[in-house]
Amino acid sequence: MARLTVIRGGRLIDPDQGLDLIADLWLEGSRVVGLEPPPGAVPDKIIDATGLLVTPGLIDIHVHLREPGNEEDETIATGADAALAGGWTTIVSMPNTRPPIDTPAAVEFVILQAKRAGKAQVLPSACVSKNRAGEELAELGKLYEAGAVAFTDDGAPVSHAGLMRRALEYSKMFDVPIYQHCQVMELTVGGLMNEGDVSLRLGLPGMPPVAEEIMVARDIMLAELTGGHVHIQHLSTARSVELVREGKKRGIRVTAEACPHHISLTDENLATFDSNFKMNPPLRTARDVEAVIQGLIDGTIDLIATDHAPHAPEKKNRELDQAPFGILGLETMMPIVRSSLIEPGLLTWPEVIAKLTIEPAKLIRRQQYKGHLRPGADADVTLIDPDRAWTIDTAGFRSKSINTPYQGWNVKGRAVGTIVSGELRYMLDPHRETVMV
Amino acid sequence: MVLKSIFEIRHGREMTIDNSTIPVWKHRHLLGLEQLSAEEITLLLDEADKYAAHSAAGRLKHNVLNGTLVAQLFFENSTRTRSSFGLAARRLSADTLDFTPSSSSLSKGESFIDTAQNLVAMGARILVVRHSVPGTPQLLTKYTDASVINAGDGAHEHPTQGLLDIMTIRQRKGTIKGLTVALVGDILHSRVARSNIWALKKLGARVVLCGPPTLVSDRWSELGCEVYHHLDEILPEVDVVNVLRIQFERQRSALFPSVSEYFQLYGMTRRRMELGRPEMLILAPGPINRGVELTPEVADGPHSAILDQVTNGLAVRMAVLGLIQGKSAPLPD
Repeated sequence: MARLTVIRGGRLIDPDQGLDLIADLWLEGSRVVGLEPPPGAVPDKIIDATGLLVTPGLIDIHVHLREPGNEEDETIATGADAALAGGWTTIVSMPNTRPPIDTPAAVEFVILQAKRAGKAQVLPSACVSKNRAGEELAELGKLYEAGAVAFTDDGAPVSHAGLMRRALEYSKMFDVPIYQHCQVMELTVGGLMNEGDVSLRLGLPGMPPVAEEIMVARDIMLAELTGGHVHIQHLSTARSVELVREGKKRGIRVTAEACPHHISLTDENLATFDSNFKMNPPLRTARDVEAVIQGLIDGTIDLIATDHAPHAPEKKNRELDQAPFGILGLETMMPIVRSSLIEPGLLTWPEVIAKLTIEPAKLIRRQQYKGHLRPGADADVTLIDPDRAWTIDTAGFRSKSINTPYQGWNVKGRAVGTIVSGELRYMLDPHRETVMV
Repeated sequence: MVLKSIFEIRHGREMTIDNSTIPVWKHRHLLGLEQLSAEEITLLLDEADKYAAHSAAGRLKHNVLNGTLVAQLFFENSTRTRSSFGLAARRLSADTLDFTPSSSSLSKGESFIDTAQNLVAMGARILVVRHSVPGTPQLLTKYTDASVINAGDGAHEHPTQGLLDIMTIRQRKGTIKGLTVALVGDILHSRVARSNIWALKKLGARVVLCGPPTLVSDRWSELGCEVYHHLDEILPEVDVVNVLRIQFERQRSALFPSVSEYFQLYGMTRRRMELGRPEMLILAPGPINRGVELTPEVADGPHSAILDQVTNGLAVRMAVLGLIQGKSAPLPD
């Protein structure tokens, strides 16, 4: 008989099943048994979850792992390890590596490296276009069969409307979403931050919100034309939220994600000229932050993803134009989401957990076994101490990089246990800053 | 105490400086004028006036920064600002060290932070920094313990240029409060504009920005400036015109159709001078493009204070170098 684990006495939250109760959760091997033990069972392992939230394993559908090609920033192993510390059991890697993930061999490389690491599970996404060049469709069928769960040229948009149309059309037969990084490049030449009052004041070249919105609008219309599924990545402006809302109302297959930084920071932070506030899409205005949060509240925005984008300090701690776009996200999501959404009473824990579990599972079509704790589901579980106070400190990060804008923040809420395939792969001491597993 | 400034010698006007209430200067760096109060800006201007008066009286050299090492890091070309800072430092008896990227290890791949740290390790206490990217001087303050003076960071700020412009206006007009000052031209790319705007507003001027909408965003009206796109319309109300240079090197894409069209719409010509008030003052931060922003007869004419600006620049930089080391201008003999 496979190894039996019981997670005792936690607040079990499974939005997919509508569960929110104090209960035990039984796992057997790599599967969920349920709230009751198998008849006559004696647990091999008991995890005390008193005072903790017990949720389906968190799924981040937007993570940059940088391997192959930029192992100085992150590797599949270090990124998947950072994921564990953030409470994520499954992450979707982005294909903008060197070389890009545009061949079945490259997809398999990511899967094998992740297996070898034995941390969080990594599901690869693959390129929409060959060599991410935005010209010819990549071999989506072969990539799908190799294990790609989504297609994207993330880091750059699919600019060519004709190619985007073909991608949405062709991918329908695999029922796989096309993730789009929405940015009209002609409108953002040289841009380093949001274009607005703040960029005007700081003399920094701006990226106007319409550069995002025009492509959001275009791709929603292309999804309508083709019946394909477009997923809008890191949606950041008020008008983008309206466009997605309208698209959904029309029944178009459009989904969207929001990143923790786009609901917790604004372009005013750039007044420090700190490159840890430089990401793409850029931090927008307080009005946009409010609209994105409203989108999360009313369901226009389906889920939360981090866009974890590690960059080694020698690259990131530079002049603002030289520093690359992007910040870390995996290890800081929980407290940021807590302070932006839960603390002000905008969303409840079960509502937030849905956007971190079942919603992302559905997006990548893994909802049969992931994103919930029904009997037979993958035994991926996250334990969260909802009120644990801590100070964000890069010294303790498992990521290879330290490019976070939240350094030194005193926060509350933290993932304290991460179970992947029935194995407890991360456990934080309840009282100390010490990792027990 | 009454000091005679170079301006008084040139223009024969008396100027009184009240030296009795000098507030304490508390900044270690000069990164921009946006963060300074009206009192702090006035203090800098008063200090500069004192140095100007000393110069006019033939007292050129002062023992203010005796042996302090001032390093100039210019990551962008400059003639006037660089020479002016270098001379200002030497006039205060500082040592100077000049650094140019082309002759340096930056061309060997060293980061500019490492370069700055090396200069500080050699003993530099003041770094005068020019860089094409906004915020770069601020970034240096995090990595060294030297004082940092912003000598121009991209389109962000050029505080000593703003100060010398305002010093020149104050000399000619006696005060800043209540004046209407027009900044004409390429506001989008202009650090000179940004330093002028904040300081002029703090000192009580009405600030008018004029240029094509591609160079002068209407958003400026939300930040307390008046925005005009037709120069002839506003000239009759203006006391000072600061003619900004068209920054061809920063133009990413054609923001106006041609130089000739720009000159027709915004060039300061004799005709436009006649539209203005008789006492209208013309400033230009330079280097000027004759025939693009203004005609030679305007640049060299009686309304032009362009060379006063250069003279005042030296005094302003002496004031700044001294104050950030906690040193005031010496009293006259």
